[in-house]
Amino acid sequence: MARYFRELSVAGALALVLLGLAVFAPAFYQPQPLLSLVTREAPTLIVACGMALVIISRQIDISVGSQFSVIGVCAGLLAAKGWPLGLVLLASVSIGGVLGALNGILIAGLGLPSIVVTLATLVTLRQGLNLVRQGEFVNLPDGLQWFGLSQSGGQWTLVIAALVILVLLGWGMRHVAAGRLVYAVGSDAEAARLAGIRPQLYTFLVFVFMGALTGLAAMMNLVQSPQVQPLSGSGLELKVIAAVVVGGVAISGGRGTLWGVFAGLLLLACIAPALIHLRIEAYWEKAIQGGIILLAVVADGVRSRREGAGK
Amino acid sequence: MKSTPLLELRQLTKSFGGARALRGVDFELHAGEVHALLGENGAGKSTLIKIVTGAHQPDDGTIRIGGETVSSLSPSSARSLGIACIYQQPALFPDLTVAENIGLRLEGASAVRRIDWRAREERARTLLARIGAVISPDAEVRTLSMPEQQLVEIACALGAGARVVIMDEPTASLTQKEQHLLFGVVRELRTSGVGIIYISHRLEEIFALADRVTVLRDGQTVGTSPVGDINEAGLIRMMVGREMTQIYPPSESAPREVVLSLRDVGCNASGVQGVTFDVRAGEVFGLAGLVGAGRTELARVLFGITPADTGEIRLNGEPIRPRNPQDAVARGIAYVPEDRRKHGVVLELPIAHNMTMAIHRRIFRGAWLRPDAERALALDYIRDLAVKCFGPDAPGGSLSGGNQQKVSLARWLATKPRLLILDEPTQGVDVGAKSEIHKIIRRLAHEGLAVLLISSDLPEVLGMSDRIGVMRGGTVVDILPANTHAHTVMAAALGQN
Repeated sequence: MARYFRELSVAGALALVLLGLAVFAPAFYQPQPLLSLVTREAPTLIVACGMALVIISRQIDISVGSQFSVIGVCAGLLAAKGWPLGLVLLASVSIGGVLGALNGILIAGLGLPSIVVTLATLVTLRQGLNLVRQGEFVNLPDGLQWFGLSQSGGQWTLVIAALVILVLLGWGMRHVAAGRLVYAVGSDAEAARLAGIRPQLYTFLVFVFMGALTGLAAMMNLVQSPQVQPLSGSGLELKVIAAVVVGGVAISGGRGTLWGVFAGLLLLACIAPALIHLRIEAYWEKAIQGGIILLAVVADGVRSRREGAGK
Repeated sequence: MKSTPLLELRQLTKSFGGARALRGVDFELHAGEVHALLGENGAGKSTLIKIVTGAHQPDDGTIRIGGETVSSLSPSSARSLGIACIYQQPALFPDLTVAENIGLRLEGASAVRRIDWRAREERARTLLARIGAVISPDAEVRTLSMPEQQLVEIACALGAGARVVIMDEPTASLTQKEQHLLFGVVRELRTSGVGIIYISHRLEEIFALADRVTVLRDGQTVGTSPVGDINEAGLIRMMVGREMTQIYPPSESAPREVVLSLRDVGCNASGVQGVTFDVRAGEVFGLAGLVGAGRTELARVLFGITPADTGEIRLNGEPIRPRNPQDAVARGIAYVPEDRRKHGVVLELPIAHNMTMAIHRRIFRGAWLRPDAERALALDYIRDLAVKCFGPDAPGGSLSGGNQQKVSLARWLATKPRLLILDEPTQGVDVGAKSEIHKIIRRLAHEGLAVLLISSDLPEVLGMSDRIGVMRGGTVVDILPANTHAHTVMAAALGQN
């Protein structure tokens, strides 16, 4: 169990918060608001899974928010034209894959630092979208929201889909060779090269995968409302990076699991509703989230220092 | 020996730019043999290893593996032919477990397959048991000590079915006990029919472990001999029979007062211990020794980078203990470090900035830089040291190695030191610039500086020094006069008398 110590401590913190809410604010557990909360976080979870892979491979992608917005608007326009849902889904995942491939080529192919490349794509995509759309909303055709199901039917579909993807990816990262090679590349690219693994190829594929998941997440967001906001993804990158870091993925690569990311995301997502239910001013949300992130980073730092000194 | 050699090298040559690293090396390795490779720093051992592991291509010569001539060797073809190298710094994945490290090395790079964790762990356990290593397959590699990581590397090599295992100074960072464990592993490998190329400076290890020994000198094979047929003196003679290729400027100043006086100086963190000697004004005191003997470490102690924690350092008779480089500079110590590119000249900055970097306080007036003063000072040193450049504004990177070294030297001379420590001042410098630097060193000593000269180039130490301190295992083991023979110095450096 020592291997999952970090994940378990986040899960423990989450359990404490949930327990606290059960005692002091049982209203938190009303089924419908709770389901809505979880549904809103489903797309974020998908993007966070992709981000976890990116960070495990020792890169970062801060352009996911802009990608999310662009894909959302594109998918909305296609749906408005009357494309069937399946095709719109395929298109969003493909657009995401292409945007990710663009980052991947610049980072893996040219060896540029990912933070700079994705900062550039973040700004370019966001400003490009503003320029073309001038902040206009996209109205979606009837019958698209909640896949044409009842609201709770649609919500359950999204939540279950997100959980299935999480479980598949979490399992794959441990039990399929490709997953382990992502860890290997993130832990030491040079050692990977010596072991016959091609670090650039994996870096590229991870970014493509990140883009494709962002496309999927944008779709999962689209079906939740009758309109697409032009900037639906702004700030998303910070939210998912925070979840990944709180969940115990090392920013230096090679360490962490999706299970931890899941717990980290839920922990951060609980803060806002918890504050409402506990009648604490909402201003505190960001401060508390920041404190949690800081705590996670400091704990990791202390731990790796101690392990380093133990040699 | 009988049978086809596992590995046979004939007349290998290799040049880097103008420098000839290998000039005709012969070497052969049989199955079940520990073959030691011995030679001074720069004799060509690392180049030879890099050719065998496929990292470098030879310019000429033949490589035969198992009797078959190999036309070209890449890192991956070398590995598939059963050649494995255990480096001092293992190339493992620090965040992954031992079992997974071994697994990733041996399973190949195919991405779409299920990982069999139980089989991985089982194999790791078996391989580690074969070499008698007590390491848990579950442990993350970053929690292992350096020797444990080496054992994991050896387990990888074994698992890959290596027939030739190269060990490059494997005991350099090991304790006595760990060495014994490693020797046991080496003997185990030999019994199982693996051929081992064992590189070490420690003669006692070679006599304890090796079957045969080959000595390299100046990129050539001097000879190969069964260990039983040769003694330590014989080996040392083979290593140092190098003729003097350069004329060194004569020592012309009579040494004056003692500038630096060390009594039992030690620093736990860097392994320096019990160092005692004096350096006088006007004297060049050479520090000889093999790589890892503690010469640079001693320089770093004197310069306050890793401060001394025992003993007494006196400068001009006054007891000092430099806590940090600023402190050392203020007291009149200057240190021109080994690696110019990493610690010396800032390639992007103009020569003038490079030269005044250590004396900013004198070049600044309040918060204001005085470009005229800086320029004048730079021009002085450019003339004085004959730096070949397009003037003080040219970037450091535009200079040749020798001229960069002069800039580095100027920076420290500008601090007006009493003691000048030079660490490998002519490494990577061409012959002409080398002799210029030698003349400058001589002149500085003549002008009254005390000079501590660290060099791995034995003829340089012998030619330049008024006295030579030989270091081994972090301490000065012998102090020899100027006219000492090279092989006396080498014997002291290797710990033989």
